[in-house]
Amino acid sequence: MSDHHHHDHHHDHDHSELSETELRVRALETILTEKGYVDPAALDLLIETYETKVGPRNGARVVAKAWSDPAYRERLLQDATAAIAELGYSGRQGEHIVAVENTPATHNMVVCTLCSCYPWSVLGLPPVWYKSAPYRSRTVKEPRAVLADFGVTLPDDTAIRVWDSTAEIRYLVIPMRPAGSEGLSEERLADLVTRDSMIGTGLACAPTEVA
Amino acid sequence: MSVDARAAALAADAVPGLPRDDDGPVFREPWEAHAFAMAVTLHARGLFSWPEWAAALADEIKRAQQRGDPDSGDTYYRHWLATLERMVADKGVASAATQLRYRAAWDHAADRTPHGRPIELRPDDFEPA
Repeated sequence: MSDHHHHDHHHDHDHSELSETELRVRALETILTEKGYVDPAALDLLIETYETKVGPRNGARVVAKAWSDPAYRERLLQDATAAIAELGYSGRQGEHIVAVENTPATHNMVVCTLCSCYPWSVLGLPPVWYKSAPYRSRTVKEPRAVLADFGVTLPDDTAIRVWDSTAEIRYLVIPMRPAGSEGLSEERLADLVTRDSMIGTGLACAPTEVA
Repeated sequence: MSVDARAAALAADAVPGLPRDDDGPVFREPWEAHAFAMAVTLHARGLFSWPEWAAALADEIKRAQQRGDPDSGDTYYRHWLATLERMVADKGVASAATQLRYRAAWDHAADRTPHGRPIELRPDDFEPA
């Protein structure tokens, strides 16, 4: 089992791609699950506890900059891919991103089938429920009820828009800047931006919620 | 069996060199968290002790260095994954050949899955045994 075997076929964009490393990890997970050593749900729960500890979480810094810099916010809404690259974040996962902004009038929420191109370097670890097709379709049909499941209650006059990720377009929700965050540095602001707030199943934290 | 964050924290303390911050382990990519969680789970199942794991991992790192691994820190979880594969084979859970077969099946699954769709493994992704 060489570490140095590179996986250089199927760069055809009609197909999904998994790196050699991802193939090895998936192979092990499948084997251990089939042999009864691993319960996939328990494994997901454990991994979920590291939600804030996986990857660079570039999206949080993008959102913090958009909150602080109106010109950047404008560029992000016009062309998120370019605006994200502006901060030095690029790569296969960062491509083709559209930013949608939450306002008092509209709340945006994103669902995704978790294809191999999930933009984890921007959004972080995807939520476990993305794997559940019934849950995703329920989100599309009754987003307000699903938000309530996540403990998020929005005013009745806030419209909810659900965006379904595709191979071509991934979404980044710009959550509303929380009250009480005036005057915070971009670095401090980024701490308020949770994964859930960037996919619209949560709100950004209040400064008092973050130690 | 309960594998919780506390068990994982114990692992982080027991295994030297694990990338971490003040709270515990940190991961550069999602697959690293999966590889870590699998080891924590197998440890909880009693497949190995942490000292045993640490020794196997150290051996894996030494062998990689002999092959010219740059040892820049970002390869830690590659060694972790290789250790996991070796442990799974040595403990008789699944041979290296079986692991290769599953790997090839996932590769096949990715190949037939259109871009943008979730990749799921099906029985017909496997080469006939």
